[in-house]
Amino acid sequence: MQAATFLALRPQGLYCEAGDFYIDPLRSVPRALITHGHSDHARAGHDKVLATRDTLAVMALRYGAEFAHEAQVVEYGEELRIGDVAVSLHPAGHVLGSAQILIRGPGARTVVSGDYKREPDPTCAPFELIACDTFVSEATFGLPVFRHSNAAGEIEKLLASLRLFPERAHLVGAYTFGKAQRLIALLRQKGYDRPVFLHGALEKLTDYYVRRGIALGDIRKAAGAGDLAGEIVLCPPTAVSDIWSRKFADPVTSFASGWMRVRARARQSGIELPLVISDHADWDALCTTISETGCSKLLVTHGEADALVHCFKNRGIDAEPLHMLGYGEDEAPEET
Amino acid sequence: MNRFASLLDRLQHEPSRLAKLRLMTDYFRTTADPDRGYGLAALTGALSFKYAKPGLVKALIVSRIDPVLFELSYDYVGDLSETVALLWPVEASARGADHPASLTEVVRRLAESGKIDLPRVLAELLDGLDETGRWALLKLITGAMRIGASARLAKQALADLGGKSANDIEDIWHGLKPPYLDLFAWLEGREPRPVTNDPAPFSPAMLAHAITEEELAELNPHDFRAEWKWDGIRVQAAVGERRSGDKIIRLFSRTGEDISGAFPDLVAMFAELPYRAFSLDGELLIRRDGVVQSFGVLQQRLNRKKVSASLLAEYPAHIRAYDLLSFEGEDLRALPFVERRGRLETFVARAGAARLDLSPQIDFATWDRLAAARRDPASAGAGADATAVEGVMLKRAESIYVPGRPKGLWYKWKRDPFTIDAVLMYAQRGHGKRSSFYSDFTFGLWQGQTERDELVPVGKAYFGFTDEELRRLDRYVRTNTSERYGPVREVAHGKDEGLVLEIAFDGVNRSGRHKSGVAMRFPRINRIRWDKPSREADRLETLEALLKEDERMS
Repeated sequence: MQAATFLALRPQGLYCEAGDFYIDPLRSVPRALITHGHSDHARAGHDKVLATRDTLAVMALRYGAEFAHEAQVVEYGEELRIGDVAVSLHPAGHVLGSAQILIRGPGARTVVSGDYKREPDPTCAPFELIACDTFVSEATFGLPVFRHSNAAGEIEKLLASLRLFPERAHLVGAYTFGKAQRLIALLRQKGYDRPVFLHGALEKLTDYYVRRGIALGDIRKAAGAGDLAGEIVLCPPTAVSDIWSRKFADPVTSFASGWMRVRARARQSGIELPLVISDHADWDALCTTISETGCSKLLVTHGEADALVHCFKNRGIDAEPLHMLGYGEDEAPEET
Repeated sequence: MNRFASLLDRLQHEPSRLAKLRLMTDYFRTTADPDRGYGLAALTGALSFKYAKPGLVKALIVSRIDPVLFELSYDYVGDLSETVALLWPVEASARGADHPASLTEVVRRLAESGKIDLPRVLAELLDGLDETGRWALLKLITGAMRIGASARLAKQALADLGGKSANDIEDIWHGLKPPYLDLFAWLEGREPRPVTNDPAPFSPAMLAHAITEEELAELNPHDFRAEWKWDGIRVQAAVGERRSGDKIIRLFSRTGEDISGAFPDLVAMFAELPYRAFSLDGELLIRRDGVVQSFGVLQQRLNRKKVSASLLAEYPAHIRAYDLLSFEGEDLRALPFVERRGRLETFVARAGAARLDLSPQIDFATWDRLAAARRDPASAGAGADATAVEGVMLKRAESIYVPGRPKGLWYKWKRDPFTIDAVLMYAQRGHGKRSSFYSDFTFGLWQGQTERDELVPVGKAYFGFTDEELRRLDRYVRTNTSERYGPVREVAHGKDEGLVLEIAFDGVNRSGRHKSGVAMRFPRINRIRWDKPSREADRLETLEALLKEDERMS
């Protein structure tokens, strides 16, 4: 007999009937479990929100303290009883505070991955593998062409460019929450000890990382700091080609994202120095993770679902796409 | 291989010429022999591998990966080399392998492999490389680099490395072979300049500066000789003999690319001439029934990949001679122009070849006379060939032949451009220093019946304006955007809204690639007509009329 998945797709989002709650809903709902603080997953306006301490803090920073009527902190590994099911959160390795959600009921375990990665990240807790019957996986990079490079090697590319073009400012586009702070931490791991300059949109969240005790070294505001020749400036992806970029010395435009794997994508967006650094699992990591969970049913959510579904059907797993729209903000190809 | 691969990768993302040069010079400086020499060969198109074809690459990948996954991926990525490089299965432990093959080893193994061996050898090489390495290798063997770096740019980078000029490199280039050990030794000051014994070398071309009527007034007409500026392809024919007595005939473009393969009719003509060795500067044109055809006609021959007998018959190539650089072993470049011209006249007369004639000189005593000839070439001696005249050339009588664009010796005085008033339709951001500005502009003309008029795009211009005008255009685009498509913005345009641009251009060709069916040559923004209502912009028929006139005259 097929194990229960506990999940159904409703217009508001992914719904667990046995516990009467939604996971990362798109619209306002009475009770929401939030996997992580990216704005496509964490929206304001729910009655009650359950999430990790960091996810709730990020939501408060982005939407203000009134982002929900009630917010409940759930620690990693802490087990909650909600309705007929037991629910717990486990590190997903995606960004600070990100969690997978394990739902346990009589004779069945379902894991909703949220967004995840397996690569080490100095700014968040590492992914924890959880055995389950049903695995709900993201598929942002669900094509076998997506194999992320070693992040340290990509950072080396950036540093090599700085050495080659010491008279040019290096503008690196990075998502404001997660990627930007990870980049700084990776630069510090490589021994880069010059100040890193930030676009205003990155300051609030970066300050939060520092308050949480994550060492990021000398960080300064880009505003009023001159043309920043030979320096690294982090900014939101859209700002790289925005009017804002004009004040810098002959900028080298860079973007840190899994999409940069495909050269045409980088060229179309006018990126000269693409850095393939992603906070999502690449194809190999998606396949490995799905196999390792030992699941007999696979539901594939946002991203490129077709290839994963095809691949796991061939391996005798009951795989199907969950057609959910509205996700993928942090890795979406940006309109600029 | 890794160093070369990362160079290619950086080059294809880099829009700025100067930065490309820096990347290449840096590569040549920091890469050891003989690897850098093979890198140089790859960049200048001097490497080719007979049996490596896209079909082979495709066959290799579908024998290694689920064809459904390959198709989904190929659809997404769109480029075969890149798709295969990304998909190639590698053990996780081998990612970014510790001891990847050197470029030299890759080139050697590919060159040694026969048709049967090649799939296995290629697979082994791919196994040992990281993604960028695989991509570069596949680009290398399929010969479709498209990285926006020409052979000329690579030579400039070499020149920068050794503190020489690109022409110093060109002078000896055609006698050199990969991996160019003697060239690098010279550039690094370890050995003397390589002696070239190429019997048919390329001599870097001498180019002219543009001049205006006002500037002309400062010069004395008696110091100059004038010719028509022919609108074809500037070429150089180099002929010589090997020690064995074999004749070598090469046709070079202005930048030194060997284009002999596309013009067997001309190669045959040069082979027949009663000379052993010479180097001739001239214009390649199409000449039918004694009349030189417009550039539009020449372009139709250039666009064909295959040189068929019917193409040769329909588009007979012709050389109109400008200059003689060397003759039977004697270098004439240090002689004054008038003397070279005398030698050239004798050369052409004695040659007696129908496909070769002399570029005639224009008789003038004053600048006014020359201006009149420029206005009406047909009446001033060009006759029926006038459709292929794009202005006049002025050469100082005493000028020696200097490679590059020396000051004060040769001038081009181009025919006044055509102009047309068009409406701005789309704008795209530029690159490099202009990357935050909307600086590439697509413009259109009116077409259709009066009530149902619509604008049809006819071309794109990205220069001709000052920095201040660019700032104003950029502001206009940002405040009048009606639609966004990725990096492109549609700018509001219609009968009652829109910005009129006066576009200058040098001519029109028929074009299957443009929706309008016409393509302008060298379009640029002449003026921004902030004052002109868009409904008063020109109609497509105006361009079509130019096209018809051009075709009637040929």
